[in-house]
Amino acid sequence: MKTWSLLAVAASAGLVASVALAEPRRDAILADLREQAKKEDPRFAGFSAERGATLYRATHQGKDGPISCSTCHGSTPLGNGQTRLGKAIDPMAVSKNPARYTDSANVEKWFKRNCTEVLGRGCTATEKGDFITFMSGQ
Amino acid sequence: MMRAAIAAFLLTTTSLALAGGDELVPPVADPVVKKECGSCHMAFPPQFLPRRSWQKLVDGLASHFGEDASLPEAQRAAVLRYHLEHAADAPGAGRAASKFAASIPAGETPLRITETPRWVREHRKIKPERWKSPEVKSRLNCVACHKDAERGSWDD
Repeated sequence: MKTWSLLAVAASAGLVASVALAEPRRDAILADLREQAKKEDPRFAGFSAERGATLYRATHQGKDGPISCSTCHGSTPLGNGQTRLGKAIDPMAVSKNPARYTDSANVEKWFKRNCTEVLGRGCTATEKGDFITFMSGQ
Repeated sequence: MMRAAIAAFLLTTTSLALAGGDELVPPVADPVVKKECGSCHMAFPPQFLPRRSWQKLVDGLASHFGEDASLPEAQRAAVLRYHLEHAADAPGAGRAASKFAASIPAGETPLRITETPRWVREHRKIKPERWKSPEVKSRLNCVACHKDAERGSWDD
């Protein structure tokens, strides 16, 4: 009992301290992706912001020519993007748009659509986690 | 302050009324439709295509003009319902809607608003280079020219 209450106090103190830095819904999305990544690749050793940055900028051969995430989202994730039909896209960087990567259904919807569009395949859990880790530091 | 607000309101409603019914289309009000249909392009008013067109478009979202725009079942059903209720040929959809509906031959199911005879007629004087200019980019970027479209006025 005593251990439990001590743990609870420690946990809530930790939670309060991390609220300003982290967003629990984003942390939960990353935790899910981490579990999936371990299943997909036993050598998985954590997400990487650098790999996420590379993924963001890498150009692929799309069905209408060369395409990358940055084609629509902008050369820097700190700015607005623009869809091919001219509609503005809010910044991808968490510092500019704190609501990013907090709704798991929305996150999955857009990875599904846009990985297919840009990579011609679905993204792996590692790629998704790398991407969100990169954007969280931007 | 209050008086100015009232005056501005009256001015807006009056000018909207003067614009004529066929230029007025209520903006998309449903939050699901706004979000799901309005991320890549403007959430186009359902009033611009007949019910049979919306049915076919929503059925084909997995390959929406070449892109995967599929939706979870709950959102798909909500989007379809809203479009069927407000389509060009829906009862009570209004004068602008009726004009679109009347322009489309009965045997045709256009999937692009830009292919409806009314759209083509209304835009016949726009020069081809205008569509390609950087601020327009696409025929689907209605608000590039119809600045108040998302507030319901399609006057030009």
